[in-house]
Amino acid sequence: MSPAATGSAPVVTGLGVIAPSGLGVGEFWPAVRDGHLALAPIGRFEPNPYPVTVAGEVAGFEPAGWVEPRITVQTDRFTHFALAAADLALRDAVLHPAAVEPFEFGVMTASYSGGVEFGQREIEQLWRHGPEHVGPYQSIAWFYAACSGQISIGHGLRGPSGVVVADEAGGLDALAAAGSELRRGARAMLVGGAEAPFCPYALCCQLGLELLSTSSDPATAYQPFTERAGGFAPAEGGAMLVVEDAGAAHRRGASVKAVVAGHGATYTGRRRFDRSAQGLLRAATAALAEAGLTPDDVDAVFLDAMADPHADAAEAEALRLLLGERASRVPVTAPKAGYGRCYAAAAVLDVAAAVLALEHGLVPPTPGVRDCRFDLDLVTGVARPVDLRTVLVLSRGVYGGNSALVLRHPESPTSGGM
Amino acid sequence: MTRRVAVTGLGVVAPGGIGTKGFWELITSGRTATRPITLFDPEGFRSRIAAECDFDPVHAGLTSAEIIRMDRYVQFAAVAADEAWRQAQVAVTDPWRVGVTMGSAVGGTTLLEQDYVATSQRGQRWLVDAGAASPFLHCALSPATLAAEVADRVGACGPVRTVSSGCTAGLDAVGHGARLIEEGRADVVLAGASESPISPITVACFDAIRATSARNDDPAHAARPFDRDRDGFVLGEGAAVLVLEELGHARRRGAEVLAQVEGFATRSNAHHMTGLTTEGVEMAEAARRALDHAAVAPAEIGYINAHGSGTRQNDRHETAAFHRLLGERAHQVPVSSIKSMIGHSLGAIGSVELAACALALVHGVVPPTANLDTPDPECDLDYVPHTARECQLDVVLSVGSGFGGFQSAVVLTRAGRP
Repeated sequence: MSPAATGSAPVVTGLGVIAPSGLGVGEFWPAVRDGHLALAPIGRFEPNPYPVTVAGEVAGFEPAGWVEPRITVQTDRFTHFALAAADLALRDAVLHPAAVEPFEFGVMTASYSGGVEFGQREIEQLWRHGPEHVGPYQSIAWFYAACSGQISIGHGLRGPSGVVVADEAGGLDALAAAGSELRRGARAMLVGGAEAPFCPYALCCQLGLELLSTSSDPATAYQPFTERAGGFAPAEGGAMLVVEDAGAAHRRGASVKAVVAGHGATYTGRRRFDRSAQGLLRAATAALAEAGLTPDDVDAVFLDAMADPHADAAEAEALRLLLGERASRVPVTAPKAGYGRCYAAAAVLDVAAAVLALEHGLVPPTPGVRDCRFDLDLVTGVARPVDLRTVLVLSRGVYGGNSALVLRHPESPTSGGM
Repeated sequence: MTRRVAVTGLGVVAPGGIGTKGFWELITSGRTATRPITLFDPEGFRSRIAAECDFDPVHAGLTSAEIIRMDRYVQFAAVAADEAWRQAQVAVTDPWRVGVTMGSAVGGTTLLEQDYVATSQRGQRWLVDAGAASPFLHCALSPATLAAEVADRVGACGPVRTVSSGCTAGLDAVGHGARLIEEGRADVVLAGASESPISPITVACFDAIRATSARNDDPAHAARPFDRDRDGFVLGEGAAVLVLEELGHARRRGAEVLAQVEGFATRSNAHHMTGLTTEGVEMAEAARRALDHAAVAPAEIGYINAHGSGTRQNDRHETAAFHRLLGERAHQVPVSSIKSMIGHSLGAIGSVELAACALALVHGVVPPTANLDTPDPECDLDYVPHTARECQLDVVLSVGSGFGGFQSAVVLTRAGRP
């Protein structure tokens, strides 16, 4: 029996989102549902020296009000996002960490680029002025573990913790790692990721990926699955989820938003998007098997949507192989086309969007896209009402990782009906 | 049917010895590999000493293309993975069942810094010149490439994940790898960690918080865990990779089992990003959970490989944790820190220490703590000073402690333990 079938799979009870399209699910969901476009010219620095000028920035976000001033100065913007998202998630879950047994509430985050803006400022101090000008917080602000550490300290979480940097697909792998902790006795986990890759040096690093859109028009910069697909728009932001042991959530009377029913991960090589079709297929098949489901159960798919012609073709092929003749009928979508691709946090934002989709019975559209070049039912224009029971989330990394996560509606017959 | 985890291959790149053999000879001899920094000119830095690897990538078997593409820490990992894979002699029948979990704390910071200097004209330009960047700079932004490179060497197509939880990453990567096998997500996993942090920015950031030793006039005796006159850790570099294999899989093919990975757990102190409490509660808790998972009582522990960084706080914190874990038996269990000989290679050291633990089980020898001339009166355990000790070992515990408040523990047992 799969964990989902026995009602023991982890459940999502809280969502916290800091995205270019909105702060908190109260702003994020309407923006995603309505296909709002949140891409814009980069404003955090003068992007004109660089070929990439359009991105998804969390323009309205200032740490004041979200992060204590004492912590703000010790941390990079990516940690500000993570701390704010963690606060929102705990509030949404109506869960106070003190109500959970000590040592049983942990935190697991995914990161791709770390605290790189803070890092650029300190490394500049070193090379302009000398080693004694590097500040004491460089050692804790730049590294990839900054968010897990600060969230743990900020909320007194003494349970199992970790940091996954499994490429961009790491956002889904962090959920899997958190699920592993819950199966081993943890009661609750804050899990997610955050990215803030917009300082000049961080952008300089990303240019070498040769996967970013060089369009200067926000309306057409990120157009996955179209003839015009020419790379993705990068984004900043983050999402944290409260994921709980199903029994613990039930006992405290928590409102369950979704069941994390299965996960699968594979690797098919750097710059080998042609092989990612098999990789995504294998990952999705494993995730569905863990959920005790088959491809026939998939009601909607949240896509990776790299917006590289080969990568898009491979993803479409993976769906054809997975869903067979249903591939042209199952609604699929890529809300991130509206706000950009947020590296390791991208998949976590997709999970948040998918959980909201299950809650509202709506598949949100792929903003700005009208003419899918594949035989897929890509939802465009307006959100589509669908009786969603099972949603598949796909994610790939630029270095060859492929991950899949299966989410189920909490009242689905085989997921325990908590 | 419980799936258990065997270690069937080891590879090490460490200061004082490239390869498992040289590594084991060094750490059982009690000699130290700490010396003045040669990788850059450390003039003007507070700490000017480190444990460096005498590593020649050509001699180590890397191709010129690999040497150009890979940052130093990736080169270490590639060489360690090759050694481990050769020893394990796994004939891969299903690449989708082979995974990789690699740890690193600071990843590609050495390349990030080199290219920063080039693109910013030594810190003069905030808007860096992207045209001056190396074509492989994008690999430095995220250590996701570390696991990808290792996966490519063996053709792994299963779950491939980098773990970047700071200084516990080396333990956590092996723990994550073991769980992939226990949970049935892979049959074989290359698990390990790598780090090459000896660069100006990393040395400067530890200078800023006085975490590293400033015993610049006597580098050979600078790493002094548990000694009264210790003044911080000595930065190190290196890598280790373990081939983990489902025990039945290893037995069916007649592989030599070196050790078994039986338990892993993490807990957080939720106290301070760099500070430690004097009680060691969370480290003891992590160890207890790892022992529970291994179905081993604390009384069965034959050796503890300590974090033993040699900072004032750590060694007392850790001693308190061992008292808490072992009670009256604390004084009878040998505890040692190989960081006294090979320094502290941040995210890599946990895996290097697990390699040492596996070798200790194989040889029935406990490596010593070098430089322990005058024990700190508050560190009152048997730290195996100066000289290696023969003893029959069945159960070994390795612990780690890292920035962010993370505490990790891994339990290894003798091959063939029922």
